[in-house]
Amino acid sequence: MADHRTLKASEISESVSRRRREFLRLLTGAACYRSSFSASAAPSSPGSHSLKRRAIVVTFGGGCRDEETFMPQGQQNIPYLLKELLPQGTLFTRVENRGILGHYVATASLATGVYETFDNFASVPPQSPTVFEYFRRDLRRPSSDAWVVAPSNGFNRIGSSDARSFGPGYGAQVVLPKRFLKQALASKTTGDYARLLQDNYESPLFIPQIEGSSISLLEFAELLNLSVKDFVTQALTLSSPDELSLYVAKRLMRRYAPNLLWITLHDMDIAHAGCYSLYIEGIQRTDRLCREIWRTIQSEPEYAGKTALFILPDFGRDSDDSVGGNGFQHHRTGDALSRTTWLLALGPGIRENSVVDRPVEPLDVVPTLGALLGFDPRMARGKPLSELL
Amino acid sequence: MLLQIQVKHFKDYPPEARRVAASHLELLRKLPPAFMPLLLQQVQDYDWRFPAERRDIDRQLTFLASLSDADRRRLLTGFERLQLPTRLMDVKWASSPVEFSEQLSNYLWSTHQIDAFHEASSNYLNAVLAALPHQPPAAPRLGIAVIGKGVERNSYPLFSKFRPHGMHFTNVNPANGLKTLLAHVAERAAAHPAPFDHWYIDGGPAEPVSNPLLTSISYPGLEPHRLALLRKINSAINNGIAGPKELLSLLHRLQPEEIGFDAAGQNGAIIGRFATSLLTSGSGTQIFSTSFVQWTTRELWRRAQPLTILARFAPRQRQRSMNELLSGDEQTVEMDAPGSLIDADMGAFYMWRDQQRLSGAEKASFLIWFEDHPEAFAVSPSLPPNTESNARIDMHWLLAQTRR
Repeated sequence: MADHRTLKASEISESVSRRRREFLRLLTGAACYRSSFSASAAPSSPGSHSLKRRAIVVTFGGGCRDEETFMPQGQQNIPYLLKELLPQGTLFTRVENRGILGHYVATASLATGVYETFDNFASVPPQSPTVFEYFRRDLRRPSSDAWVVAPSNGFNRIGSSDARSFGPGYGAQVVLPKRFLKQALASKTTGDYARLLQDNYESPLFIPQIEGSSISLLEFAELLNLSVKDFVTQALTLSSPDELSLYVAKRLMRRYAPNLLWITLHDMDIAHAGCYSLYIEGIQRTDRLCREIWRTIQSEPEYAGKTALFILPDFGRDSDDSVGGNGFQHHRTGDALSRTTWLLALGPGIRENSVVDRPVEPLDVVPTLGALLGFDPRMARGKPLSELL
Repeated sequence: MLLQIQVKHFKDYPPEARRVAASHLELLRKLPPAFMPLLLQQVQDYDWRFPAERRDIDRQLTFLASLSDADRRRLLTGFERLQLPTRLMDVKWASSPVEFSEQLSNYLWSTHQIDAFHEASSNYLNAVLAALPHQPPAAPRLGIAVIGKGVERNSYPLFSKFRPHGMHFTNVNPANGLKTLLAHVAERAAAHPAPFDHWYIDGGPAEPVSNPLLTSISYPGLEPHRLALLRKINSAINNGIAGPKELLSLLHRLQPEEIGFDAAGQNGAIIGRFATSLLTSGSGTQIFSTSFVQWTTRELWRRAQPLTILARFAPRQRQRSMNELLSGDEQTVEMDAPGSLIDADMGAFYMWRDQQRLSGAEKASFLIWFEDHPEAFAVSPSLPPNTESNARIDMHWLLAQTRR
């Protein structure tokens, strides 16, 4: 039975999509890429694409709403996204997340192409194989070729699943930059650096200990080709955990030039504390960091001209109209706005200044990466985004 | 499947709650297992609930009891259709409905049934409202938000979300503004005397209040309780509590006495319980005064459904790392007045939205004033929407618009 509420949610979601599209057309003159079908691209056979292509995925582990981004009153918060990145890419205006709206489990779902159902706050690996495992196993890539840079302790298991025939041996190396900064500061006051150690905002009352890592601080410094002292000195020039993450990601790009890099940002999730001004600052910083990532791609010879960049919030935030929520603060109601987000893709072969308004899902990212890079994400549930292939 | 609840399941409820639950035993036995504990969750705190909440619980019970078995089953069919594991379909949850609610929520999300649950809840509440509509309030409701304390100059465009709904005033004489507003809400309390119908909330030190029927809560006034709560949280974390869910469960079970509230008197117990819930259920209320004020107004409109709220936002502390914020070390706290103004502008909008959800919304008024500045905004049946005025007015004139 197509119930009333489902229809309503679907209509709202479509309206969000339409609003974004119309606004973008006005702003950028973007062409509307009207896909009336969702044909899957023919699956690539593993290895048929040599590793001429690279991919970087940037997710926001803290959604944002149209009012603070795409709508006229929000556009001042995302100038780089609107004026620099959108004209160079294809925007999917209607990405519907049908899974659990918690950041770790939703990011894990993005990385597996399957809606994971584990406890968002549990330190467990995804149940289905991750994109990193498909990539490394199918293409026989070394561990240095797939990395995750993540903000909070909760993400330390996201690099690999506990699925049979896969697992850590094929996973990505996960870097939690704050862990290492904390270690480096062990004998010092953290006062000057405290802003960089901000952990999970989703459960603001619970502060997990920043735990040790399987690799030591010295090994981490070696990974970055940097002394511990220089790492700390550089950290002092940064203003947020996401800036620290980006700094580490850029070092990894220069040192290892991984073909698959996944960066999760979370500054804007300060919204959970209920301070609108801090949420807006987080959006503005994320906008700036996305531009910086794209510019880094263009300036690094190993990446320029061969890298696809995917940018997407893991989901949205509650509407002001949802009685059970508290507006921008949380993503607890499961309403249409909190489930409807967007995806921007840029890179060689990806149509510029285009808008796709058919509904897609976050689960489609992994199959799309598989088609682009040449591996077979056989257990993922999504479909490749034909507009990008 | 129905559950054979017994009176013994209510033995740990406080007296009034036990009485209410026991007197509806037959009805409770006929309710679906996914629904019954949620209703009991409301009943369990009956002794400490505001009068308006008690009326709502009584209305629900009366309505459900008035239905034939077939009509009740039809109404609650959405709950009946939820696929629950046997561990959640147990009579024991009548004794611990809060824990049931936590586990049910986790289960529904993980099995993709949360949308079906929301639909079932919405259908149920709409049916109750249609059968037994809320009575109009004793007087038109009035919300007042005072924002921007401590801000000398501002470039942020204030009231932008309010604009389509009322009139923007740019030439208000700010002299004695706060004093006038406080006197006005005290007069309303005297004119419409009822417990918990008139509130004054302050994010900074509260101004003196003369009328005992104007209930006052301030962020600094709760400081000993806030710090006691933060110490409990730190202690739980240092003792290795498993995770956020376990911490939230601990907070939900926390009694007001454990963080220093005095339970003396019925009204004192209700306020202590309410203030405890603000600190344990709100997110950010423990550390940011702007979040505290906004959440308090939301909970007051939703729960106490008062006639009057005057909420004054004050500067909150600057953002620090969460470890520092929770340490309770507030000796060297820097304030962020400009950021707090932006928070308060949005907080005031949410305060108005929540007011609009109550009965009598079409006659309600809302006033927002940039403290000590000539800028204000008013939403009232007597004022045209989406308009602006630069006429020289004072706070008395503005308040008069809310009386028409």
